[in-house]
Amino acid sequence: MTDAVARPAAAIPNPPVKSMGAWVLDVLIWGGVAALLVYSFGPVELNHATRLFDPSESTRNFARELLRPDLTDWRLFVSKMWETIQIALWGTFLAVFAAIPMGLAAARNIAPVWVVTPVRWVMNLLRSIPDLVIGLLFVVAVGLGPLPGVLAIALNTAGVLAKLFSEAVESIDKGPVEGVRATGATKLHEIVWGVIPQVAPLWTSFALYRFESNSRSATVLGLIGAGGIGQVLFDRMNAFDFRDVSAIVIIVVVAVTLIDMLSQAMRKRLL
Amino acid sequence: MRRAPATVDSLSMTASAAAVASVRDVSKTFGARKALNGVSVEVGAGEMVALIGPSGSGKSTLLRSITGLQSIDGGKGVIEVFGEVVQKNGRTTGQCRSARQKLGMIFQQFNLVGRLSLFSNVMLGALGRIPGWQGLLGVWPSADKQKAMAALHRVGVADYAAQRANTLSGGQQQRGAIARALVQGAKAILADEPVASLDPVSARKVMELLVELNKRDGLGVIVTLHQVDYAIRYCDRVIALKAGKIVYDGPSTGLDTKQLIDIYGPEFEDAFWEAKA
Repeated sequence: MTDAVARPAAAIPNPPVKSMGAWVLDVLIWGGVAALLVYSFGPVELNHATRLFDPSESTRNFARELLRPDLTDWRLFVSKMWETIQIALWGTFLAVFAAIPMGLAAARNIAPVWVVTPVRWVMNLLRSIPDLVIGLLFVVAVGLGPLPGVLAIALNTAGVLAKLFSEAVESIDKGPVEGVRATGATKLHEIVWGVIPQVAPLWTSFALYRFESNSRSATVLGLIGAGGIGQVLFDRMNAFDFRDVSAIVIIVVVAVTLIDMLSQAMRKRLL
Repeated sequence: MRRAPATVDSLSMTASAAAVASVRDVSKTFGARKALNGVSVEVGAGEMVALIGPSGSGKSTLLRSITGLQSIDGGKGVIEVFGEVVQKNGRTTGQCRSARQKLGMIFQQFNLVGRLSLFSNVMLGALGRIPGWQGLLGVWPSADKQKAMAALHRVGVADYAAQRANTLSGGQQQRGAIARALVQGAKAILADEPVASLDPVSARKVMELLVELNKRDGLGVIVTLHQVDYAIRYCDRVIALKAGKIVYDGPSTGLDTKQLIDIYGPEFEDAFWEAKA
């Protein structure tokens, strides 16, 4: 009570000052980034960017054709788009299937370290290989068509989802799990009744989100011969059928937007 | 029914098979702090015991150690529940799970699974008894379903059976947790600050339920309490802990002002929730 009175008004401390070391660090980091950008300017041929505004005859022709989409083949395009969505659907489903045990085994609050560490290595490996590369390998292994697309998406997505799933598990409230444990339940019971109900909405949301982005990936995968609309797109592009290319792009944009909207609406209801 | 207050020679006491819990020379260290420091205590069947003491005195640690939710320090410390060793040499034993089935645990934060219905939560009490696959798939035997509804009815929340647990009030959830212990067929109830998160009216209801289970059903009850007045009013025997040691173990009527000052310090009246008894 007498604190303020008894103690003579001490000098008000100065506002904190950034130390010399922090300044040097800032300069090093931002200077380094700037130097790297300047150094990389030549190798990526950014100096040729003016070509964009000085189009050749072929570019002009390409642009003209793109503005006149040819929808006569729309039945084929739509059925191929549907195939792409099916690739994404099965790829995501298989990924979820694999990601559930991996996600639980990679969560530090559920599994012992000697399980967590190797499972995380596998997850990182799966995630670090782009699905295009995995797709190429599977095209060699099982031939052209949708199957290599499904497998490529499944493997890559399994790694991503397992990581997201395990992070969700690590952030659960341990109270309910202890509540289940205290009834004399086994470890598996604890997971099914104490952990899964807590993470279910988040897991579903992650899976839906990956389905959205997988329907985009599946389109690109077609370019390497892994089935679906992408394969047709690539063929028409090589045949200089730019009016067909334009039609395909429109169908892809419409389909992917619809899937986005649908999945977003579903995720909103979950959380 | 009541046992003589445990003293130093409880070390030499042989645990009877009927004892709810027999704790012998148990210590637990968290970092540099000793939460339990050579605690020995025995609680007989059918006793209603309050564990009191200032926060950090080790009362929750003792309770959690008895169910094996908390491991104790290695060494000579042993914990037995109904004659089965649950902890020894600082490790929970294989009998830990079967011992947990006989102990219903009530938590301060209720620890129901929020997204499951109250009914499902109460059914979880059957997990330890029924075949593993049935528990995994949630195929509850119909006799157990009847038992769950009876338990919910008994604690007065049967009307909310279909509601998600996290939509219920604290008092309703805590009574649901007691129903879960009933479905479990527990022979004793361990309650860790069961009323600390409740309003006084709900708190009294929960304490009265515990007393009823003790008196009518003969369940042993060990309850940790912040509130000394609740311990005195509802429990026959009081064990007081201070800095990990037992400083009082005897009838609740034997607690006088001098002892309370000993346990809580001169501001001991802060440990009373309602008026000083």
